[in-house]
Amino acid sequence: MPKKVGLIVNPVAGMGGRVGLKGTDGTTVAARARKLGASPESPRRAVDALRVLARIKDEIEILAAPGAMGQEEVVSAGMKGTIIGSAPKGRTGPEDTVAAARAMKRAGIDLLLFVGGDGTAGDIHRAVGRTLVVLGIPAGVKMHSAVFGRTPRAAAEAAIEYLHSPRPQSTNGEVMDIDEGSFGTGVVSARLYGTLRIPKETSLIQVGKSGSSHMAKGAAAGIAKELASIVEPKTLYILGPGTTTRDVLSELGIRKTLLGVDVMLDGKLVAKDVTERKLASLIRRRSAKIVATVIGGQGYLFGRGNQQISAEIISKVGKENIIVLATKEKLASLEGRPLLVDTGDEATDKLLTGHIRVITGLNDYVVYRLSD
Amino acid sequence: MGRNPKTLLRKFHEAKWDEQIILEMSVPGERGILVREAEPEVRREVGSGVSAIPPGLRRRSKPGLPEVNQARVLRHFLHLSQETLGTDVNIDIGEGTCTMKYSPKVHEQISNRNPAIRDVHPLQPTETMQGTLEIVYKLEQLLKEVSGMDRFTFQPSGGAQGVYTSAAMIRAYHESRGDTQRTEAITTMFSHPCDAAAPATAGYKIITIMPDKDGYADIEAFKGALSKRTAGIFITNPEDTGIYNPLIDEFVKAAHEVGALCHTDQANANGILGIARARDAGFDLSQFNLHKTFSVPHQSTGGSVGALGCTAELAEFLPVPQVKLAGEKYYLDYNAPRSIGKVRSFIGNVPSLVKAYAWIMQLGDEGLRQVAICSVLNNNYLMQKLQQIPGVVVRYAPGRRRLEQVRYSWEKLYEDTGVGTEDVRRRMADFGVQSYSTSHLPWIVPQPFTIEPTESFSKDDLDEYVAILTQISKEAYENPEFVKGAPYNSVVHRNSSASMDDPVNIAVTWRQFVKKGLDKRVRRSATKRS
Repeated sequence: MPKKVGLIVNPVAGMGGRVGLKGTDGTTVAARARKLGASPESPRRAVDALRVLARIKDEIEILAAPGAMGQEEVVSAGMKGTIIGSAPKGRTGPEDTVAAARAMKRAGIDLLLFVGGDGTAGDIHRAVGRTLVVLGIPAGVKMHSAVFGRTPRAAAEAAIEYLHSPRPQSTNGEVMDIDEGSFGTGVVSARLYGTLRIPKETSLIQVGKSGSSHMAKGAAAGIAKELASIVEPKTLYILGPGTTTRDVLSELGIRKTLLGVDVMLDGKLVAKDVTERKLASLIRRRSAKIVATVIGGQGYLFGRGNQQISAEIISKVGKENIIVLATKEKLASLEGRPLLVDTGDEATDKLLTGHIRVITGLNDYVVYRLSD
Repeated sequence: MGRNPKTLLRKFHEAKWDEQIILEMSVPGERGILVREAEPEVRREVGSGVSAIPPGLRRRSKPGLPEVNQARVLRHFLHLSQETLGTDVNIDIGEGTCTMKYSPKVHEQISNRNPAIRDVHPLQPTETMQGTLEIVYKLEQLLKEVSGMDRFTFQPSGGAQGVYTSAAMIRAYHESRGDTQRTEAITTMFSHPCDAAAPATAGYKIITIMPDKDGYADIEAFKGALSKRTAGIFITNPEDTGIYNPLIDEFVKAAHEVGALCHTDQANANGILGIARARDAGFDLSQFNLHKTFSVPHQSTGGSVGALGCTAELAEFLPVPQVKLAGEKYYLDYNAPRSIGKVRSFIGNVPSLVKAYAWIMQLGDEGLRQVAICSVLNNNYLMQKLQQIPGVVVRYAPGRRRLEQVRYSWEKLYEDTGVGTEDVRRRMADFGVQSYSTSHLPWIVPQPFTIEPTESFSKDDLDEYVAILTQISKEAYENPEFVKGAPYNSVVHRNSSASMDDPVNIAVTWRQFVKKGLDKRVRRSATKRS
């Protein structure tokens, strides 16, 4: 029986890039991009990938979203496909991606290919979560997520490899997006939305800019064992967001929220997704330590995505009580750049200079430089 | 006359025999030789032969060995040998950090094929193996001179085991002083991975120092990591970038100040042989990999040795037995109450020790120095040439020469064309050289490749290698998809790395292969193909 491959093209993805916009998310930005003379980027990239995929056309059945969202690209690539869903009226928007992905899921497919950028990845995540194995064909302006092939062709190769495998395996890829609201201030801040299931073929898939997407199973278990060996009783552990902390805590039987700051005491979660104020009140009566990872692609330790752990909290807890977790791969992906801290308070930022120990595995540490 | 520069690229095609696994070739009743029955006198004396084996150790069923005649066995293994690109078949300079050099074939005659070496049993009385012990003893004296250390052990059967032995000795040393708080060992990111793994196996927590912007281990981070908990440091120098750490004595001094001991991993010693000595930089322990620097073939064709040297102060912790000399008689000394014990049986891989001894004696002290000079010259010549290839980048310390190897990067090629180091590797096989080693993991240098042209390779060899990489770079810029589709003249094409990580699909023995039902699966897919 042929394998079923879903295809959703976000026809406006990537338009913003060439005209200097930082993305094409939202219908108003897309309209502005058109006004600036942008032409669609993603259909061409979709066709590039489909031409490679055509090599195994006898072994697969393509289920395409209607019109410009897949159908037209399948035709341009000289292939055949079944159309799923009805064509959207007028210009397409994020809701059309979500609706198409949900329709694919209902139709039952082996792999969903989507063409777009971080915004599209976020829509796919919203629509199908981790229920389908998906792979992004890169066509966006921003591609911070670790769910894309390195190039459209590499994505197609990865798809073929996955579809051919006698035992197809998937792994987690982080879906990141830039907080576009902060662009006005010139500050780049990546946000983590969640994870998608992607084929496990690392050489063809671009590692997300955060570098932590392909956390090996053994790595989380090793870091968890080391953390367990140093955890002290009657001490509050403030657990920062991110897949590294979540996966490590999961090894210890703790179901940590992915994006929130949680608090652990004596092996149990005592508070989830806390605010800075809540943290401040919790640590007033007890000694506390912070467990954090390097979040985002820029090497931020504090000040991006974990603002709940504020300058006040950090200075009260003290540098010696900060436990940093990261894989060596993640540190290597910083290419020698130091860890960054931006708490908004000069004295706290100054406290966090010099070097810091990072747990990278069982009995395994790296001493890493903090930015001056 | 050297090779014609215009015809440096070879027309090569690898052999393919579609050979079965020998266990699949078995035909019931097919056989090699008939073993003659023993004479009646012998039978009377020893019975059936099997009777000498205790009943509990005798197998009840026949072993599952293949039944194949002699000619087919020979043909089978010759076919397999034609399907390899082994060290003696190609310009083997791509295994950077492995120090692939020519292993003199005459050394096989004087070691493995020499009954005086091959047939010595380690348990026979020492007075009957004085010659063997003399070679081992004299090799120790030579390596003492080369390194400045006071004593050696040859028991470790590889570099990593040498480092492990060192870590065990460091622990014994601190314990002997009643110092039990030292639980940490420090290494650097560009040191060999065994400098972290071996002390970790010995029970230490490992702290790794990342490189600074110039590629050197960050000395400030190093000083920040040192404490009363530091038992020892384990550093390779020159590191895998080929850059010699000029501050190495400062690292050693700072470590000694907190009471730690210092080990240097001399797996990369080829460029400093006869020029710089570990002891002179203050190190307390250091190992040579005889299968790298001293011409002994690597494990699969020989037997490796991690020759570990130490200072006189640490000698009492060395493994037993030690080969010693009393008057004119060599003996095995087990009298070492503070020894860490044994890390392997007996005194080491003797045929390999003989090869290393022969190599040093043939070269002499000036010869050893020439090895270093020539390997550094080869490396810097090659670096100049490779840097001119579009797409090649040399990270760190621009303008500075390297010692015996360089960690290069195809970063630029990858950015320009999408062709990465793994793609280049696959294409290389089409020109009759085996693919190079990229880097230890994780990749610190992006799209890396590590080349180490030892003293064994001629200018022609290096030029041919450069011509191959130049050609691949040209192809990548003109037609990247072509390079990505490689190899074309090799018989093994692209393998899925995902399935190689999958323990369910991996079998390292025939028994496992059958038990997992992989034989049936292979047969099914073969039938499907035909």
